[in-house]
Amino acid sequence: MTKSAVMGMVGMVGLVATLTVHGAGSDVELEPMKPDLRDLPSLQRGMTLYVNYCLGCHSLKFQRYERTADDLGIPHDIALRNLVFPGRARPAGMDGTAIGNLMQTSMPQERAKGWFGKPPPDLTMVDRVRGTAWVYSMLKGFYVDPERPFGFNNRVYENIGMPHVLAGLQGVPRLVPKRPKPVDILDGVDAIVNKRPDGEYVTDVTAADELPDGEDPVIRGELADLEVDPGTGSMTAEEFDQAAYDLANFLHYVGDPGRQQRHRIGVWVLVFLAGLFVLATLLNREYRKDLH
Amino acid sequence: MAASSPAGPLTRLMAWVDERFPLTRAMEDHATKYYAPKNVNFWYLFGALSLVVLVMQLLTGLWLTMSYVPSGDGAFASVEYIMRDVEYGDLIRLAHSTGASAFFAVVYLHMFRALAYGSYRKPRELLWLIGMAIYLVLMAEGFFGYLLPWGNMSYWAGQVIVSLVGAIPFFGADLMEWVRGDYGISDITLNRFFALHVVALPIALIGLVFIHIVALHHVGSNNPDGIEIKDHKDDKGVPLDGIPFHPYCTVHDFQATVAFLFIFCAIMFFAPEMFGYFLEKPNFEQADPLKTPDVIAPVWYYTPFYSMLRATTFPMFGLAAKFWGLVVMGAAILMPAMLPWLDRSPVKSMRYKGLASKVMLALLVVSFFVLGYLGTIHTTPLTTAIAQVFTLIYFAYFVLMPWYTRVEKTKAPPERVT
Repeated sequence: MTKSAVMGMVGMVGLVATLTVHGAGSDVELEPMKPDLRDLPSLQRGMTLYVNYCLGCHSLKFQRYERTADDLGIPHDIALRNLVFPGRARPAGMDGTAIGNLMQTSMPQERAKGWFGKPPPDLTMVDRVRGTAWVYSMLKGFYVDPERPFGFNNRVYENIGMPHVLAGLQGVPRLVPKRPKPVDILDGVDAIVNKRPDGEYVTDVTAADELPDGEDPVIRGELADLEVDPGTGSMTAEEFDQAAYDLANFLHYVGDPGRQQRHRIGVWVLVFLAGLFVLATLLNREYRKDLH
Repeated sequence: MAASSPAGPLTRLMAWVDERFPLTRAMEDHATKYYAPKNVNFWYLFGALSLVVLVMQLLTGLWLTMSYVPSGDGAFASVEYIMRDVEYGDLIRLAHSTGASAFFAVVYLHMFRALAYGSYRKPRELLWLIGMAIYLVLMAEGFFGYLLPWGNMSYWAGQVIVSLVGAIPFFGADLMEWVRGDYGISDITLNRFFALHVVALPIALIGLVFIHIVALHHVGSNNPDGIEIKDHKDDKGVPLDGIPFHPYCTVHDFQATVAFLFIFCAIMFFAPEMFGYFLEKPNFEQADPLKTPDVIAPVWYYTPFYSMLRATTFPMFGLAAKFWGLVVMGAAILMPAMLPWLDRSPVKSMRYKGLASKVMLALLVVSFFVLGYLGTIHTTPLTTAIAQVFTLIYFAYFVLMPWYTRVEKTKAPPERVT
């Protein structure tokens, strides 16, 4: 009787847990991304991309160039020459000392407010708040949307208030319906992608009616795919995936730059404590002998 | 002491000190000639571990204070400064944040031990009440400390808990303003919470822990059999079932401390966020009064009580549900203080109590975990109903205790410890 009561209780806990997992679903599926802080070339490329494409608007105001360069294995002189640009944080003419500066954007915040509605947010902690998969998916989630002021929207970050800065690398991505191959019949297919009230992108039902009889290649209600206009970007799809990975990996590092060092020290601390525990156990056993 | 040979310099120094300060006597009274029951087990390690965590928190807190800036503009940035720019600052900070959770973990286990073995029973009622006072101060200490990183969860959890004061009839609104020192949680609130967290409450905590130990050493430790070792003494007045605290308990506590530190460091070095239970995601974002986190949840050690607060959904006697939630939560926290007078069993230890006591204690533990989990998630009508059921179970443990401890069949405890 007692046992069954306890079992019932455990069952109820399980039920609650299951309900929550299902309740917490987000409407966009994030692409999984496994950061690797030991991959220094990736982190270095990520930093390069960041200072070239992101830092113009988004500060990393808690993070310093010096620590970043040191952790990523970049010599100071190379970092200063290639990654620390003159700006408000470092007026032209000031040399070397700026390696210790915080990675601030040179964009004047007051003006940025006028340009974007609010200043572009600081991204030091974005990985810790939103998660690496989110950053990675968001970087890959831009698509053309003429209704947005900067011409682009984002599948992960609805109505994002920024342009697709990496379009030069990726090319121009458009939303197209997910459909069985071949895809030849659907010219100008972006026009039949619509947003449902629940935020999902689906193929328009009426558009299918316009297709020749007997042909209905569009899977209704399916999420839309992204397709890049050929020849519009300097990178191939694989190269761009890698670039997005490198950036997300770098932001993962920036979120908590001490992580790697802690893991290194932590192993030795645990080894020491394990050894000490053996000694403490032997000592305790020796004293216990007195008691019987 | 060494009568035959002339005393060495250390012995003479000790004698000099002892004439002026009862050093040797204090060591004897509290260590070498303080007798602990020889049958104490695993569950008796958590008192010593609480002391270890207290010292760790005091030391890491001291070093954090050196770099922390208690202001609305500077707090969040100063925590990131500690995490990034202060040498090993991340370790100090994470030791402190992990330490907060560790403190509650060992204190809850310590309290569970007392429930299981009847450590609150005569003559340890005062010891228990002092312990309850420590627990209350610890809860306040944790709450005030949680606001200091000035993250968004700090801010909103603070907002929610302080707003409870507002549920008090008549004076609520004024009282709330008085607590915050402002119309909302602000720089002023942050500064006073900082003062309480680093000055007032640590002093209270140290004082209470000191008298907790004084009271403990006066009555002596309980043990898993729930019988008094002082009832059987040899001709020198030494309890037959006692062992000197030093060295026998100290080496055992040392071993436990190392094991504890192993687990502690494993978490601190490799999973300091503990999957969002120790450090919550929204707290990596600076406090923003205009942006409410999706789920406002306190840290895990408050969630059982937070669940009870949220489970109280109905107004009564013309007073708002929120007020009754506050009453229920307060009662749930204070209820254990009544235990010495609620427990009518002829025996102390769970080993000799009847089935009813065992089932009720098991239910209490289950309800604590279920409520704790429910407190971390969104409420739905179903979770609220479950929380209400388990709130009743939690209270049943206490309220029904005078009845079930009297009617159940108990076993006779042994004369001497087993």
